[in-house]
Amino acid sequence: MNITELTVHELKEKLDKKELTITEITKAYVDRINEKEKDVQSFVTTLTDEAIEKSKKIEEKLKNNENLGKYAGIPIGIKDNMCTKGIKTTCSSRMLENFISPYDGTVVNRVINEENMIDLGKLNMDEFAMGSSTETSYFKKTKNPWDLRKVPGGSSGGSAAAVAANMVPWALGSDTGGSIRQPASLCGVVGLKPTYGLVSRYGLVAFASSLDQIGPITKDVRDAAMLLSIIAGHDEKDTTSANIPKKDYTKALKNDVNGLKIGVPKEFFGEGINEEVKESINKAIEKYKELGAIVEETSLDVAEYALATYYIIACAEASSNLGRFDGIRYGYRTKNFTDLQEIYENSRSEGFGAEVKRRIILGTYVLSSGYYDAYYKKAQQVRTLVKNEFAKNLSKYDVLLTPTSPTTAFKLGEKSNNPLEMYLADICTVSVNIAGLPGLSIPCGVDKSGMPIGMQLIGKAFDEETILNAGYTFEQAYKFREKYKPDFKGGNN
Amino acid sequence: MKVEREELLHIAKLANLKINEEEIDDYLLNLQDILNFANIVNDAPVEGLKETVGSDDRYNVFRKDEVKEFEDEESLLQNAPEKENHMFKIPKVL
Amino acid sequence: MPREDYETVIGLEVHAELSTKTKIFCSCPTDFGGEPNTHCCPVCMAMPGALPVLNEKVVEYAVKAGLATNCTISRDSKNDRKNYFYPDLPKSYQISQYDKPLCEKGYVEIETEEGKKKIGITRIHIEEDAGKLNHDDYGRGSLVDLNRAGVPLIEIVSEPDMRSAQDADKYLKKLKSILEYIEVSDCKMQEGSLRADVNVSIRKKGQKEFGTRTEMKNMNSFKSITRAIEYEIGRQIEVVENGGKIYQETLRWDEVSGKTFPMRNKEDSQDYRYFPEPDLVPIRLSEEYIENIRKNLPELPENRKQRYLEEYHLTEKGANILTASKYLSDFFEEAIKICNNPKAVCNWLMSDVARILNEKEMEPDEIPFKPEELAELIELIEKGTISSKIAKDVLDKMFENPEKPSKIIKDNGWVQISDEGAIKAIVQKIIDANPQSVQDFKSGKEKALGFLVGQAMKETKGKANPQMLNKMFKDALK
Repeated sequence: MNITELTVHELKEKLDKKELTITEITKAYVDRINEKEKDVQSFVTTLTDEAIEKSKKIEEKLKNNENLGKYAGIPIGIKDNMCTKGIKTTCSSRMLENFISPYDGTVVNRVINEENMIDLGKLNMDEFAMGSSTETSYFKKTKNPWDLRKVPGGSSGGSAAAVAANMVPWALGSDTGGSIRQPASLCGVVGLKPTYGLVSRYGLVAFASSLDQIGPITKDVRDAAMLLSIIAGHDEKDTTSANIPKKDYTKALKNDVNGLKIGVPKEFFGEGINEEVKESINKAIEKYKELGAIVEETSLDVAEYALATYYIIACAEASSNLGRFDGIRYGYRTKNFTDLQEIYENSRSEGFGAEVKRRIILGTYVLSSGYYDAYYKKAQQVRTLVKNEFAKNLSKYDVLLTPTSPTTAFKLGEKSNNPLEMYLADICTVSVNIAGLPGLSIPCGVDKSGMPIGMQLIGKAFDEETILNAGYTFEQAYKFREKYKPDFKGGNN
Repeated sequence: MKVEREELLHIAKLANLKINEEEIDDYLLNLQDILNFANIVNDAPVEGLKETVGSDDRYNVFRKDEVKEFEDEESLLQNAPEKENHMFKIPKVL
Repeated sequence: MPREDYETVIGLEVHAELSTKTKIFCSCPTDFGGEPNTHCCPVCMAMPGALPVLNEKVVEYAVKAGLATNCTISRDSKNDRKNYFYPDLPKSYQISQYDKPLCEKGYVEIETEEGKKKIGITRIHIEEDAGKLNHDDYGRGSLVDLNRAGVPLIEIVSEPDMRSAQDADKYLKKLKSILEYIEVSDCKMQEGSLRADVNVSIRKKGQKEFGTRTEMKNMNSFKSITRAIEYEIGRQIEVVENGGKIYQETLRWDEVSGKTFPMRNKEDSQDYRYFPEPDLVPIRLSEEYIENIRKNLPELPENRKQRYLEEYHLTEKGANILTASKYLSDFFEEAIKICNNPKAVCNWLMSDVARILNEKEMEPDEIPFKPEELAELIELIEKGTISSKIAKDVLDKMFENPEKPSKIIKDNGWVQISDEGAIKAIVQKIIDANPQSVQDFKSGKEKALGFLVGQAMKETKGKANPQMLNKMFKDALK
């Protein structure tokens, strides 16, 4: 038995049957990290020694029948934009290279302190979650385990690659415009962006406050449902968090889509979408029909508006959210200053990378006097339009099905010099954030070069159950994980 | 809309970012590119639509006026680049 | 052109700290003082990932202020971010309100020489205060203390309806008294919990358009506001008279030199890039919510004054002075519960107490004794235990070392001598010692009686009952 290939529900089963112990599991993951991290580069901070230490303590406590939470002792990886008390939280930025948060964010608190999972480390990402390839990280470029010459996607590229490479059994990512779903798709794993407001943002370093959501990146849909059940729920520290009762999302996994109405918006299959991706999605559609779902073509002509709106709103909010990095209370401070103005300008110019600065400039521009109405205000209206269009479609269909990413993983460096082209990588995912809806990406095939392809299932607000069940049913029928495995090709080049 | 050099420098100043001479053209080009793309929003049929700020319809989320002190005060200053007398130190501000 | 040919236009933006227990967006205490950076948490220190949650009392207090100043309360309101960099502003944006303030279109009334005048209130909105910059020990750097960061404020923006420094002074005093009455702010100007940005412009009389205005920021004493406005009017007239131009700029008032100075570069115009705060959800106030606050609004100064005139028949002046300060007025009400002599209490507060406060440069809320003690003092006079003259000495003592008047009197042996035998003996002693005055009185010089009584008072250190003395001298010298 290869422990690190198991899903969390499989691990849990073996733990319950006493076929495995917590220390064995943790040890297996630590060994796996020691073996694969040098190739994949998905961690900013590894906590392997601490993890082994904690696993022993938890095992001891469990022997004494202490109630530690359902997933006590299960390892996890955390994207490095979630605040962890006493452990560095860098956002993969020079700005926060040595930053230690004075508090645990709400989700981290639930997972680590309440549930007693074991933190294997903080995962690499695009700097401040701005990017679609994890190449804008100040520290390292994470590689795609399916081909080490390619990007894992982003911004939660470290999380997706670590799950794909079996270095963590599951991970937390964050998604502002596709940052969970796109890397999940590119790395052949499952990624869920919950409905805006379902999961607390307290302690998530803000990129775009009105779009950010934390969500699970897992090996399969059941694990995603399990992790979501833990992290979802009202938090009085986040006023945008929804006050709805906690649920066990695994109860929604019925392995049955008979009669389920699936809409396929034709605009998501147009120009710019790779033919092999289209083909793979079409096969998935056929599979759904076989499974008894009713699939129809529909129209949702908002993708381009949504992408433009996304960049306006996200950058505007980011330009303000990142104002607090001023070199005074924490974070990078330039050595090159004589007065306050130089502390500001030099700390920020040296501490932020190019992409972050580009987005701050764009965001400042669209909010500045004279342009606010033309850009920001318009974008907020387009947001209403996008919401309305989705609502119209979701009154007819239970689920909307699209590709997650227009292409499979691209080569490192291929798009990093063309920001606009990079932005187009988010074309299929951003509208879901703009509309605040839940989106699930699951693997549905591979291209000719063996790179994974993902499909996106979009549901009604707070109806994660329907997309989880739809994804689960497909997964059970298609058995992606049995067919394909990352082979770490292209290493040592 | 064409972004002028002076405008870019003004925006950079508002954002407290320094743009070096040799970076200006790059930034201008990128900004122009993205703005040209972002201009699509002006073609969107949004006549009469309200503006959406967040994604849901919640309102009036308040907190009770009850004191809860943060338990680990010292940790709030642990990341300070420079401090003195339990305060953050900066160059003299007039 | 002489000064009389110009008209002054003044508008005020008043910031009042709300007297909530906790900050506007986090549960840190708002207590004044405290070691630097000890009333802080990740939220008010703007740690990465921290989020604001609005304090419900802040909304309630702002609505109260709006209702007390005749504003319309917005049913639909929200918070916005105002972006600018400054070391006392940890998030580099202030959460404030931009286009949907909680309250709009109100007014307060002031009394001027020409009668009552309404000063319009454009809006009242809620926002957070900034931290404080201190100087380091060697004067080389500044030190940031964020204890005040996030303390709730309301900003009350007036219409440019004031025409003189006196108008501005009266408006601000009225506003202060209203805020005190409704108990939303302690309005301690010396602690900066009430401060004003003053906008001043001039125009030729009869001219319709406003002149260019200048703004003096963060003024926190009535005296300096009056002085600064007077100075600024003079300066602007001089500039215009000499053919110069007034620039729209922010000025700093320097108390020592009595002059204003430009604060920041004119070209450095601010662009705050306001946008709706995405971390907070909108505020929607129901009719019931607003009506409930309206119903429970405490008595306002205007109503209380009216009541004093009708119920206690105080003079207009007395009622005005008392009700201008909530503290003084409450003090008055407490005192009359005990001694039931409103006129006497009012007189003491207006004359002797006010005089001592003035001498000591104290505010009414710094009166060191309790209303009960003033009431006791008045009762002691009424009962004839002490004379009004001694009472003044007792009051002085009460300011120095607050104790019950009866104890002060006892400790100092100031009880009035009203014993007939004792007074008779004193009268005889004075008559014997002053034959000339006795002679004068008998030959018709009434004034001599005053001298004799005076001598007797001196002899008894003011303790003899003056009415009795008078009567007994007259009887003895018949």
